[in-house]
Amino acid sequence: MTSKKELIEAANRQAVEKMIASRPFVVDVKPAIEAVAGMKERMVCHAGPPLELDEMVPSFKHAIFGGIMWELWAKTPEEAERLIRDGKVAIEPNHHHNGIGTMAGITTPSMPVFIIEDRTHGFRSTANIREETVKALRYGCYDENVKRKLDWNRDVLGPVLSAALRECGGIDMVPLMGKAMHMGDDGHNENRAANLLFCMQLIPHILKTDFSKDVMREVATWMNTDTRFVSTAEMAVCKAITLAAHNIENCSIVTTMCRNGTYTGIRVSGLEDQWFKAPAPEVNLLFFPGYGPKDATKDCGDSCVTEVAGIGAFAMAAAPGMVQFVGGTVADAINYTKEMYEITTAKNTNWTIPYLDLQGCPIGIDIIKVVKTGLTPHINTSIGHVQPNVGQVGAGMTRAPLKCFADALEAFGKLMGA
Amino acid sequence: MMSGIVKNIVLGNRYFDSLKLMRISGKIAEVQGVKKGAVVMATDLNKQILRDVGLFTAVLEEAKPDHLVVAVSLEDESYLDPVLKFIEAELEREATRSQGVGQMNPKTLESAFEALPGANLALISVPGTYAKREALRALKQGLHVFLFSDNVSLDEEIELKQFAEKNGLLVMGPGCGTAIINGIGLAFANVLKEGPVGIVAAAGTGLQEVSSLISNAGVGISHGFGTGGRDLSDKIGGITARQALHILEKDPKTKVIVLISKPPGPHTAQKLSGTLAGMNKPVVLNFIGLSSSIEKSDNVFVTKTLEDAALRAVCLIRGEEFKERVFAKEAGNVLKIAEREYNRFDEKQQYVRGLYSGGTVCSEATLILAELLPSVTSNMPPRAELKMKDAKVSAGHALIDLGDEEFTVGRAHPMIDPFVRKQRLIQEAKDPETAVILLDMVLGYGSNEDMAGALLSTIEEAKSLRQKSGGYLSVVASVVGTFEDPQGREEQIKKLTDGGVVVMPSNAQAARMAAVIVSRGRAKIA
Amino acid sequence: MDKEMELITKPMKVINIGIDSFLESLKIQGVEVVHVDWRPPAEGDSKLIEILDKLEFL
Repeated sequence: MTSKKELIEAANRQAVEKMIASRPFVVDVKPAIEAVAGMKERMVCHAGPPLELDEMVPSFKHAIFGGIMWELWAKTPEEAERLIRDGKVAIEPNHHHNGIGTMAGITTPSMPVFIIEDRTHGFRSTANIREETVKALRYGCYDENVKRKLDWNRDVLGPVLSAALRECGGIDMVPLMGKAMHMGDDGHNENRAANLLFCMQLIPHILKTDFSKDVMREVATWMNTDTRFVSTAEMAVCKAITLAAHNIENCSIVTTMCRNGTYTGIRVSGLEDQWFKAPAPEVNLLFFPGYGPKDATKDCGDSCVTEVAGIGAFAMAAAPGMVQFVGGTVADAINYTKEMYEITTAKNTNWTIPYLDLQGCPIGIDIIKVVKTGLTPHINTSIGHVQPNVGQVGAGMTRAPLKCFADALEAFGKLMGA
Repeated sequence: MMSGIVKNIVLGNRYFDSLKLMRISGKIAEVQGVKKGAVVMATDLNKQILRDVGLFTAVLEEAKPDHLVVAVSLEDESYLDPVLKFIEAELEREATRSQGVGQMNPKTLESAFEALPGANLALISVPGTYAKREALRALKQGLHVFLFSDNVSLDEEIELKQFAEKNGLLVMGPGCGTAIINGIGLAFANVLKEGPVGIVAAAGTGLQEVSSLISNAGVGISHGFGTGGRDLSDKIGGITARQALHILEKDPKTKVIVLISKPPGPHTAQKLSGTLAGMNKPVVLNFIGLSSSIEKSDNVFVTKTLEDAALRAVCLIRGEEFKERVFAKEAGNVLKIAEREYNRFDEKQQYVRGLYSGGTVCSEATLILAELLPSVTSNMPPRAELKMKDAKVSAGHALIDLGDEEFTVGRAHPMIDPFVRKQRLIQEAKDPETAVILLDMVLGYGSNEDMAGALLSTIEEAKSLRQKSGGYLSVVASVVGTFEDPQGREEQIKKLTDGGVVVMPSNAQAARMAAVIVSRGRAKIA
Repeated sequence: MDKEMELITKPMKVINIGIDSFLESLKIQGVEVVHVDWRPPAEGDSKLIEILDKLEFL
């Protein structure tokens, strides 16, 4: 007779094996209405777990209004709000559509999104493409500049990327991200190396397309200027990996973790689509000059999908530079990773860390281990202003709230008949 | 009356063990502007203590046991911030104390086992509520367990020991304070010579006293296993004792075995008698002065005191004739020394007050005194009828085991922290009926690094107090420890003697000396 | 049992869980020891501890 413990451990092993066997490729870029599963004509998807309009902080709400205005469904924020309250525009989490978006994570039907395909298990995921770096829609900014950049993404960037990706048959992301980690990336906030590798691979194929020299130059220049250009694609890769581990019976591994400036929410493999929410934590930030604690939102964005896949803050030992944002030392950075081995299930041999003797990244957050040790996942992240039309105010580190995992364990316990 | 501004701050869900918090609490009063203060986990017990000492406000009502809280009494509100900063810095220091630079300690038994795959012993000292779980997981990993934690239930002990026995593992404990294996001391232990005597003890300071005496005599110890105080009760049936005896019998280094315990339950005594009689090595028994139903056998020797147990073992090794010891030659002229002490008493002074850090030695002294003096009581009596009415206030001849929960609440053990004993010493000195203070001092790993120095200032104060009201306070002590102990047995004894303390070579002799002194030479010692 | 004898026949390697002062005396004696930074499981929450107990993870 197998004990409950043995059932759980077997299910968890199966889950991480699937995650490690995933082989996501960036295969195309298409408008969200075509690429995002379940996207509707009048829908805006956002980051984090589900929440009501009235629960959103001002910059998050304004980001949604900005998306609606960009789609030309409304001319003012007030009109946009009216549409939502009247049920004329649906508001849903990216995660209900196998997608992710950073910060406010706004995904609207016309926006181009990266399409990721896991060639081992067949799952597909998407991610919106970054616009500006500091004053962007994802931080709750909407003005002529933002509109112009979003237009350019839709009209120029998207189609060029699409043609190039189809031309090359897709970019193999697991080995790319592994190499990038050996070059000092963490995969969440430090993406320079992956960006270079991605550009090097894709640009020759851009040159094979029929676009004008000017257009190709614009796109190539932009991909290099935004040193985190590929970061959202990496997040979608992580999303695809987590899809392989979801819905396994008796499995206590976290397959979704995300925030929306108000709540942090997780979902667990063996608990189907149940959300476990808690108030999003404050982030321990290094502020840009002129900003302080009163200006920052709480933790926000779908970006910590990277931590769910075992990189980002979990791989800080590979990118110790990030620790300076919280006044730490290289030893601290290494310890962040070491601590995460305590709450995960396996070491991901696809992505190894030179400083730790090439040990694999800690993969498979186990709610049982989190609750037992009281150690919650580390997350490194950027943060935006709580008011609209300001932008990013800093970057730093935080930890997911224990309550999510405690509530999930209660539900898991009930399910297992404990 | 010093009254200050009392402030409570809840520092949130942060766990620190009581020793760390003791260390920090001890330093808080030295911060400028602070009258007194403590940082504790907000358990019900600690909240009550804070109430009792006037450091509790309504802020703490809702604080939960896993909340770390600060309670301070300040001269002025403005001192709050600096003291909080001080506390945070200390907490940070304590949190990283046991970490190497750039190292990180594992957070669970399992990850520790990954870090040290050949691990074969778990030393567990977590709070009692959690101790059994940790111990069982350690056993399941194939580790022997040294269980320092107490407040482990009888049922939990049975479960642990039955599982351990089935799997060829030992559980030393619960409440086990000391063990020595191949010369390595675990928890509180003395630095001992290695040699042919093996010890099994359900009595921590008993093991320390016997092993120290044997080592100081020039014979050594092979191994000393602690079994936990309840092991030989009928409920447990002597599981660990039996396993330990078995090991010592098979160990070629061990030639003589000593077994120390409270008397076994009747069923266990019967089984044990059979086991002992069947062993091919001599076994010396000591039941802390109480009688037992162990059957006689050629290779089994029962002794009345810990000292005699040590002596008997030494004689068996050396092939010398054994004689029960009353006073050793080194004790000097006992009657002369006693006379010098009691000549200075005034007529009101008539009682012995024992202030003990070790439970077993307190028990032994209580029984010895009960045979020599009328109306001897103790807070932890070896026989029920010797129970002290009120442990907080001595009456008649009284021996107090300060290691009992009542006195250690919110404090470290008296072998580490002299505070409670010092307070009680002054209290006894102020009682005009107190004639003799009887003390034990236990050296070795884990114990205070200079207990003699710590006690001396209070002993001087107490003696001076007594002298001022026209009498004399006699202080008699024994020092449990070896010449090789980190504190230095000789230095510690010299400090005490220089301070006017009568230091005796063993606990039993110290008790007898106290009886001779308090009775003005009339007590009938053997 | 032979396993019992291993307590004295094999070199002692210790996992110390709880009070860290015991760590120091072991290190001074040259024993290989690893210290566990122990905290109460589930931050002491009895409901969660019950679940972990029943699932046998404690």
